Amino acid sequence: MSANDHGHSSAHGMRLTLNVWRQAGPGLPGAFKTYHLHDVSPDMSFLEMLDVLNERLLQSGEEPVAFDHDCREGICGSCGFMIDGQAHGMDSQTTVCQLHMRRFSDGASLHLEPFRANAFPLVKDLVVDRSAFDRIIGAGGYISVNTGSAPDGNAQPIPKEAADLAMDAAACIGCGACVASCPNGAAMLFVGAKTSHLGLLPQGRSEQDSRVLAMVAQMDQEGFGNCSNHFECEAACPKGISVENIARLNRDWLMARLRDRGATASAQGTG
Amino acid sequence: MTTQTASPKLDSKCPSGPLDSQWSRHKFDLKLVNPANRRKFHVLVVGTGLAGASAAASLAELGYRVSAFCIHGSPRRAHSIAAQGGINAAKNYQNDGDSVQRLFYDTIKGGDFRARESNVHRLAEISTAIIDHCVALGVPFAREYGGTLANRSFGGAQVSRTFYARGQTGQQLLIGAYSAMMRQVGLKRCALLANREMLELVVVDGIARGIICRNLLTGELERHAADAVLLCTGGYGNAFYLSTNAKASNVTAAWRAHRRGALFANPCFTQIHPTCIPVSGSHQSKLTLMSESLRNDGRVWVPAKKGDTRAAADIPESERDYYLERKYPSYGNLAPRDISSRAAKQQCDEGRGVGATRMAVYLDFRDAIERVGAEAVRQKYGNLFQMYEKITGEDPYSVPMRIYPAVHYTMGGLWVDYNLESTVPGLFVLGEANFSDHGANRLGASALMQGLADGYFIIPATVASHLAGRKLGPVDSAHPAFAEAEAAARARLDQMLAVRGRRSADSFHRELGQILWDRCGMARNQRGLESAIQDIRKLREHFWHELSVPGEGRGLNQSLEYAGRVADFLEFAELMAADAAHRQESCGGHFREEYQTSDGEAQRDDERFCYVAAWEYQGTGKAETLHRESLSFQSVKLSQRSYK
Repeated sequence: MSANDHGHSSAHGMRLTLNVWRQAGPGLPGAFKTYHLHDVSPDMSFLEMLDVLNERLLQSGEEPVAFDHDCREGICGSCGFMIDGQAHGMDSQTTVCQLHMRRFSDGASLHLEPFRANAFPLVKDLVVDRSAFDRIIGAGGYISVNTGSAPDGNAQPIPKEAADLAMDAAACIGCGACVASCPNGAAMLFVGAKTSHLGLLPQGRSEQDSRVLAMVAQMDQEGFGNCSNHFECEAACPKGISVENIARLNRDWLMARLRDRGATASAQGTG
Repeated sequence: MTTQTASPKLDSKCPSGPLDSQWSRHKFDLKLVNPANRRKFHVLVVGTGLAGASAAASLAELGYRVSAFCIHGSPRRAHSIAAQGGINAAKNYQNDGDSVQRLFYDTIKGGDFRARESNVHRLAEISTAIIDHCVALGVPFAREYGGTLANRSFGGAQVSRTFYARGQTGQQLLIGAYSAMMRQVGLKRCALLANREMLELVVVDGIARGIICRNLLTGELERHAADAVLLCTGGYGNAFYLSTNAKASNVTAAWRAHRRGALFANPCFTQIHPTCIPVSGSHQSKLTLMSESLRNDGRVWVPAKKGDTRAAADIPESERDYYLERKYPSYGNLAPRDISSRAAKQQCDEGRGVGATRMAVYLDFRDAIERVGAEAVRQKYGNLFQMYEKITGEDPYSVPMRIYPAVHYTMGGLWVDYNLESTVPGLFVLGEANFSDHGANRLGASALMQGLADGYFIIPATVASHLAGRKLGPVDSAHPAFAEAEAAARARLDQMLAVRGRRSADSFHRELGQILWDRCGMARNQRGLESAIQDIRKLREHFWHELSVPGEGRGLNQSLEYAGRVADFLEFAELMAADAAHRQESCGGHFREEYQTSDGEAQRDDERFCYVAAWEYQGTGKAETLHRESLSFQSVKLSQRSYK
């Protein structure tokens, strides 16, 4: 027997009704289409259940449902769609690839739709374009240090608490669940996580003002909304990123605006 | 000299003289490109994992024009992100006797003496600068209360030299490299081309001058011309179907380059990682790693009695066999990966496996929880325990984890010389995609180190020598070589769409994986490998007659993308099995049942096989030509590897 073939067939197959958003491409009409699955194993991940659906569609000559996925262990941030209106489904701190069918009841009927937001244009079915996040990072989500110029890693002690807080914020996987869950389609949790991660570390402090101003400007330009304290983002975040990071972003942005009057003047077009 | 060349095709270009000054002398001998001239050179970086993102960032910082390509919607999705445990560096911050020399020796020995001394020594030297740079980039490594960097231990080493960011070290290192690259994208020094898959390498007058890639969103084929091409496209572990690799990881770019003349080295050197969550059913689409770092505190055991079906808690201490601690007392649970994997397989094959399938062993944290408390264990490994619970539905704080080996990493890859240049001039290969540093077995926490060493520190020096040293006439994408390569890529896509059979690419991939796992996996033998080659050929025939790819070539078509990758795995797999059949010895992850010591350890044959096997493509289904690069060792004495 080998690891590839010793799977035990599930004793209790589940029945599911899936209402899946089908849309052939951007700008084309889309609609929910209903599929029935029998014999879903409770040990399957949600994406493995979709694999089964897609294999069946392929056999019947219908195009499989397009969805983004890659690592299937909750770290790459590729997967994500709405299950009954909740980003990544109902389990807290769980990406959809880590959501397992044992969490659903036999006979359940589910609605699957893509992350919907102004700044995330639809590509196909459950796939959306989240490249706006990359452009926000490109605007300032980095520390400006060239390869070769770093001092010894222990030259600057960093208190464990600061390193831990920075790590909490850096755990963001850029999946976009925060945006899809926000009634304003805001990316403040994503941006706040990055500005906190870098701003909490001493090596990231020196350009924090310009970083925060540039990233927020890019965020606005991409068509993301702003935070009005619903905190749906934190509830949806598969990595448990705290809204504290939004508060820190707001404070950093305000301080940066006060300190950087030149930038303010040019941004506002006033003297 | 550490390396002699037995084939005129394989000039390793390893420097002569003492190991510890080779890299600095080599750098001095390499040609430079003056800063004002760098913008005249265009470099294509294919893949944006640790190797690709760090190379793209570093080259753009230097002033070269860089274009970076990734198959994902965002470069931050690259599979490097999934690495959990850590990155090695010879900092000796723990004062426990570490040094460049020791990291070098551990890596050479860990690789079972099948890697080049020169490369490995350079890797060990560079390791310390990687940590410094990553800290400067804002990677939030774990720290002690005093603010200094923390370390932990990994397999195959008796010092603590592994730096980590909880269980997400790969993610944090990748985000560091990605942010450095995005800074260059924001500054318009690097062009980012996401959702692109390289389908052909373009060679003009014997030099790599560009690629053909498919825009995965529109389906269009694109031509990109340049002065150098860097392949940073990862390993081929997904040939086995079930592996810890991400679903999109594939061999296509490397295989396409191989078909265009780049030799493929040691394809049979694949790493089976000992601690993965076992298979639960036939629906399984991938396997999930539980970081090796868990073996710092977890103890591996099985019931001493065969066929013991009692729950773990009901098996008294005296009836448990902590077989790693028993067989390898000086390394214990931190024995290297190949050895730990084989030991687990042996226990299960002998009937001592646990769990419903009996194809697992325990990794038990009971003693660690008793010693330091559940909270301390949660601090160190919380996210891994949570992942385990989600997948299995079991709580590892109260019952031991069940683990089993799974395909994880590939040491083989495209052959490169000391400059990371393949046998096609101008084509450089970085990270897991090359074969260079890990020999026949990679030590834990060394993949991240190698990817970043290649990208941040080695390629900036060596690519300059190519750009400055060779006459590179102007080439644009109207050159006939681009038209020919584009036509080849298009014909292959059309062919897959035209089959209109009844079987999905996935079903072929699963069948291929089964063949490889059974006969080219943890244990191999001549007969099995020969029959595997026959079966792979048959399967490939079926593929081209029975494949079903719905939809069309325009627009996003995930079935078509996947079918192309499976088609390349079906060609590549034959080479992997042929390489395994030719290497009539056991070494590292390559275990031939015919060649083992009396106590079941790998039996190397240094007389006959102390060489790198580099294969030259001769056409689909035709036997490839073997070129040998013999390995010789000036500072290390070849010995039977022992972790006892």
